[in-house]
Amino acid sequence: MGYPLFEVLSPGLLTTVQDLGRPGFQQYGLSVSGAMDPLALQVANLLVGNPRHEAGLEITLKGPRLHLLHDALLAIGGADLSAKLNDQPIAPWQSFFAQKGDVLSFGPVQKGVRAYLAVYGGFDVPPVMNSKSTYLLGKIGGFKGRALKKGDVLYGYKPLKRKKARRRLAPEHIPHYSDHPLIRITWGPEKEAFTKSSLHQFLTHSFQVSPDANRMGYRLSGPTLVHQEGQTGIISSAVTRGTIQVPPDGKPIILMADSQTTGGYPRLAVVITVDLPALAQLAPGHSLSFKAVDLDEAHRLYKAQERFLRQLSLVSTPL
Amino acid sequence: MDSMFKLSPLGDSALLIELGRSIDPLIHERVLKLITLLEEASLPGIHEWVPAYCSVTLFYDPSVISYNRLTNHLFKLKERMDDVTQTESQVIHIPVCYGGQMGPDLDQVARHNGLTPDEVIALHSQSYYLIYMLGFSPGFPYLGGLSPRLATPRHASPRPRVAAGSVGIADSQTGIYSIESPGGWQIIGRTPLKLYDPEQPSFLLKAGDYVRFIPISQKEYEQIEADVVQGNYQPIKQPYRREDGDISH
Repeated sequence: MGYPLFEVLSPGLLTTVQDLGRPGFQQYGLSVSGAMDPLALQVANLLVGNPRHEAGLEITLKGPRLHLLHDALLAIGGADLSAKLNDQPIAPWQSFFAQKGDVLSFGPVQKGVRAYLAVYGGFDVPPVMNSKSTYLLGKIGGFKGRALKKGDVLYGYKPLKRKKARRRLAPEHIPHYSDHPLIRITWGPEKEAFTKSSLHQFLTHSFQVSPDANRMGYRLSGPTLVHQEGQTGIISSAVTRGTIQVPPDGKPIILMADSQTTGGYPRLAVVITVDLPALAQLAPGHSLSFKAVDLDEAHRLYKAQERFLRQLSLVSTPL
Repeated sequence: MDSMFKLSPLGDSALLIELGRSIDPLIHERVLKLITLLEEASLPGIHEWVPAYCSVTLFYDPSVISYNRLTNHLFKLKERMDDVTQTESQVIHIPVCYGGQMGPDLDQVARHNGLTPDEVIALHSQSYYLIYMLGFSPGFPYLGGLSPRLATPRHASPRPRVAAGSVGIADSQTGIYSIESPGGWQIIGRTPLKLYDPEQPSFLLKAGDYVRFIPISQKEYEQIEADVVQGNYQPIKQPYRREDGDISH
């Protein structure tokens, strides 16, 4: 079944196995986890002929050095981290062949934060509660419940037996990661817990991603948002990926893939699903602004993205 | 009583159902009834739900079910809420070694409340605690039913590491750390049971059940801990009877 695929020569800053997450256990307090940029992971999978939901490696800012132990068809989606196969630069958003003995490495960050490495056949790590995603705090999933370390040997699931067609994403579909994106939100259930002038500031000022930003969430700096008298907390209730909650200090926190399942701060707004990738590609120091849309608009965009991925799956199904 | 049933979006893939605005066993009973109905109905496009003190949040796929269809379904379920017979709750016994290294703040909680450490243990282990919800970390229970005589504020600055299994008090709440993490709660003891086991992912507790703390010695702690590690420990569970709740204050 499994075959040795990569030996980790150096692990990079934070390299984890991620698929589309582990829904179904939030009622037990278990975070969903999964790729921070699910769109990039799904496209990378389709480029190597995998199902969309297959697990790949999430690579953060400083990439790993991986020694190929087997021939493989690979693709990188998401951030451009100056990938190289031996000495050859590898462009993101297209599949490429690598041979046993090659070394895949990464260099300076060109654009974005998180790159996704997909391999034809997928990674052979044991699913935990139906998912291969690594949940770092809970120490489960992915490669032994942790980020990759030097010396780890990662197994592939299904070896490449014969050459497959290489594929690339059409240029018009390649996301352009901005250092100052406009992030669309729908208002949250506790919008009214904030003063009118704070709601106005939220939409008209830009915010910065603070150094306190990771897979659990991003703390933002910028204008201090003010709660209505006596409304700095709520009786603990569910939160979601993309929920923007505001603690008493008035500095918003956007919850991300490894967020807690419940929270006690007012939920000002929620980032729409299709804008989560843009958020995942922001680093500390980058800025962002917010725009409110209604639920219909959010759903229209959600369905359009789903249609796009389905169409991509159809054209990329191997014969 | 005019019972609240307020629906609102929590982003484009979740829907919040508010059933009240306070921490109250009667409101929580409605949370559990709604969950029972959702389990029976198994609506397409709904992946999961998260019960909380006075709300339930549904997670749905908007490409399968629209928000309007979802809310229509939910209003139909609402009509049936009063007829739901609740599933029987369990009481899970949590053995706790109080004080010493495992409960470094036992003395402080006693001093703060003008009690002896033994009185703190007696009070803490006498109640049946309702599990309102799990959250914060995998398997962490939000418990109701702490004696007001034990309420103690959190530490001014959190400890960098609190061991998994630590039983603590924060203001009028009591809880059990399910994984090692930083934390500011007053730690009065520790249980050898695993609320969340990453080795064979499983959860000991669920919303709607009850917890009872059973004082044990250091020696018993070590014995149970060894049994847990070897997979030989069966947690003690018994059916909850309504009159059980009444013996607590």
